[in-house]
Amino acid sequence: MSFKKIDNNDLDFLVSICGEDRIFTGENINEDYSHDELAGIHKFPEVLVRVKGTEEVSKVMKYAYENNIPVTPRGQGTGLVGGAVALHGGIMMDMSLMNNILELDEENLTLTVESGVLLMEISKFLEDNDLFYPPDPGEKSATIGGNINTNAGGMRAVKYGVTRDFVRGLEVVLPNGEIMEVGGKIVKNSSGYSLKDLIVGSEGTLGIVTKAVLRLLPLPKKAISLLIPFPNLEMAIETVPQIIKSKVIPTAIEYMVRDVILASEEFLGKTFPDNSSDAYLLLTFDGNSKEEVEQVYEKVAHICLDAGAIDVLISNTQERQESIWSARGAFLEAIKASTTEMDECDVVVPRNKIAEFVKFSNDLQKEFDIRIRSFGHAGDGNLHIYVLKDELPKDEWHRKLNEVFDCMYTKAKELGGKVSGEHGIGYAKKPYLEESIGDRGMWILKNIKLAFDPKGILNPGKVC
Amino acid sequence: MDIFVCIKQVPGTTEVEVDEKTGVLKRDGIDSKMNPYDLYAVETAIKIKEEKKGEVTVLSMGPPQAAEIIGEAYMMGADRGALFTDMKFAGADVLATAYTLSQGIKKLGNPDLIICGKMTTDGDTAQVGPEIAEFLDIPHVANVKKILEIKEDSIVLEMDMPHTIEIVDVKLPCLITVEKGIYQPRLPSFKRKIATKDREIPFYSLKDLDDHDEMKYGLDGSPTQVKRIFPPEANTDQEIWKGSGEELSERLVDKLGELKFL
Repeated sequence: MSFKKIDNNDLDFLVSICGEDRIFTGENINEDYSHDELAGIHKFPEVLVRVKGTEEVSKVMKYAYENNIPVTPRGQGTGLVGGAVALHGGIMMDMSLMNNILELDEENLTLTVESGVLLMEISKFLEDNDLFYPPDPGEKSATIGGNINTNAGGMRAVKYGVTRDFVRGLEVVLPNGEIMEVGGKIVKNSSGYSLKDLIVGSEGTLGIVTKAVLRLLPLPKKAISLLIPFPNLEMAIETVPQIIKSKVIPTAIEYMVRDVILASEEFLGKTFPDNSSDAYLLLTFDGNSKEEVEQVYEKVAHICLDAGAIDVLISNTQERQESIWSARGAFLEAIKASTTEMDECDVVVPRNKIAEFVKFSNDLQKEFDIRIRSFGHAGDGNLHIYVLKDELPKDEWHRKLNEVFDCMYTKAKELGGKVSGEHGIGYAKKPYLEESIGDRGMWILKNIKLAFDPKGILNPGKVC
Repeated sequence: MDIFVCIKQVPGTTEVEVDEKTGVLKRDGIDSKMNPYDLYAVETAIKIKEEKKGEVTVLSMGPPQAAEIIGEAYMMGADRGALFTDMKFAGADVLATAYTLSQGIKKLGNPDLIICGKMTTDGDTAQVGPEIAEFLDIPHVANVKKILEIKEDSIVLEMDMPHTIEIVDVKLPCLITVEKGIYQPRLPSFKRKIATKDREIPFYSLKDLDDHDEMKYGLDGSPTQVKRIFPPEANTDQEIWKGSGEELSERLVDKLGELKFL
C-alpha cells in the first residue's frame, strides 16, 4: 500500500477545519499516541487531529479520501492488539473530545452518546437514573467507541451478552466522508444485511463511529458475589458447565488462581478476603430483591459444594464487594508489574472446553520453560492467558512466544474456539485470524472492507 | 478464652438521606448490614479463638430484625449470640446504649475479653466501647491496630494514637476497640450458614436484665438531646485559573489570605 505523505497543504487544511489548537505534529504529539497497551509496536502518526463533532470528522475524512492519506481512529488507546496504532503514519483521529451524552430516551430505553464518552461516565450517568448498560469490560476508562469497534465483552457476558447486543444504532462517517446512520432506536430489524453489526467489531476499518444509540435495561437492585475456593483449578473450572447446565444464570463466572491473587495483593497493598486455596470461582448474581438473589445463589452454592468446593463465601455488602472486585480489576496490571514484558492470548472456546484449554496452557509452561499466567471469564469461555518474558533475552522471548501462541491457537481451533473473545484482531493477531477462518473467510472479509473503503485508507494494516 | 463482641446493625449504604424537616434518617427501603468496623471486631475474635481456643459470643442491641447480623456472625464463625431488644431501649444515646450492653454482658457471663469495632458508620462517636468498659469497671484500649501477644492474664496491643503508636500490656479482663484493617474480615460462609441455620438467637428484654430501672435505658436514660439532624453543606464551588507558576502562586496566597486560611 502506498499513501500520500502529509505536507503543509494538508496541515493547512486540517487547521482550517479544527483550528491550530487541536492539530499536533512531530514532537508535539504525546508519546502515548504511538502505541496502545500491549502489542509491542510503536509508530507515530504524521499528524494528530483531535476532532469535535461529526461534521469535522466528515470533512477530514473526505479530504483524506481525495488525497489518499491513511486515517487511524483512536479512543483512549486502551486496546491490546495494536488496533489504534497508525502503522502507516498519516492522520490519527483522536475521538476522545467527542464525549457528550446526547440523549436519554426513557420511553425507548436508549442512550445516545458521542463515541468518545468513557464507559465509567456512562455507567455513572445511568446509575443515577436507575438504568444499566450491561457490557462491563475491566477497562472502565475506555471509550464507548473503542468498545463498539472491538465488540468488547466483559464480565457480565454470561447473562447479558456483549457490546454488539446492546448497540441499537450508529452514526458512522464512511471513508469518503459521507455520514450514514445504521440501525436506530428500533428493537427489531430485518431490513437487509445488518450494517450496524458489521461496523460493531470492525476495529475502525470500515467507518468512523461518531455516535451510538445504546440499549439499556432497568438497573438490578441487588447484586451479590460468591467467592468459591476449590482444591485445584481443574475442579473449579470443571464445575462451570454444571452451573450452566443447572439453568441458573449468574451475571459473571470468573476463575482465578492463588498466584494471581497474591500478585494483586502485592500490587494493591490490600488483602484479599481469602487466599488459602489454590483456585477460586467468582460468581455474581443480580436481581431485584434479596430473596430472589438468595434463592438463585443457594442452588448454585449446593452444586459447587457437591462438586468438591471447599466452601462458598458470600459477598453481600458494598465493602465486601469492593475487597473482591478491586483485586479482580487489578489482575492485569498486577501480572504486568510482575514481569518485564508480556503478550496476551484472548482466545474463546466453547464453555465446556475451558478446563481442557486452561490445563493445556498451564502445561505449556513446563514444555517451553516460560511463565504463563491466566484468569478469565470461565462463564463465557473467554480466556486471558499471559505469556511473560521475565529475564529472557529478546530473541529467545520472541521465538518462545510465537511457539507458545501457535500451540494455543491451534488447540483453540481444535476445540472449536476462535482467535479473540473480546480484544479484537488489530495488527497483532492477524496471522492467527487467517489460520482460523481460512482463505475463503479472509476473501469475504477483504471484499467487505473493499465495499466500504475502496482505497483502503481507513486504519490500514488491521484485521484483514 | 471467652470473648464477647458487641455489634450493631447500620444502614447498608452511606448515602442515607436526611428528612430536613424532621431530622430523621430516611431508612425506608434501605438495606441494613453489620457495621463495617464490627466485621473487624468479629474477625479479631475468631482469629484469637483459632489460636487460643475458647468461645466467641456476639451481642447486639437493636430492633428484632437486628438478629440478622447475629446470624451473619454465626456464618463467620461466632459460637453464640444474643439480641437485646425492647421498645424501652429505643432512642438510646451512647450512654444508655453502653449501659444496656454492659447489663447484657453481665447477663451472658464473664468474658476474658470484649471486642468492639472502633465506631459505627451511622453514629460515628466511637464512645460506646470505652463507656461499656467504664460501666463494667474493667480497663479498655481504643483504636487497637495490632495484637502482639496474648498472655495468661494480659494482652499486648498496638494502639494507634494521633501521632504515635503505643504498645500497651493490659490486664484481662479488658475491652478493646479495633481499627479497620487489624485483620481482613473473612466472608460469611455458606457451609456455616447451613450448619447454623437452626442455632438459636436468644432475645432479651429489660425484664431479663439485673437493673430494671427504666430511667437508665432508651430515651429516658439518654442525657444527649438531639436538637436537629441535617446533612452537611457541600461546597462544590470551583475556580479555574490560568497563568504562569509565579502568577498562580501569588494569586493563591492572596486567595488563601482572603479566605482567612493564612
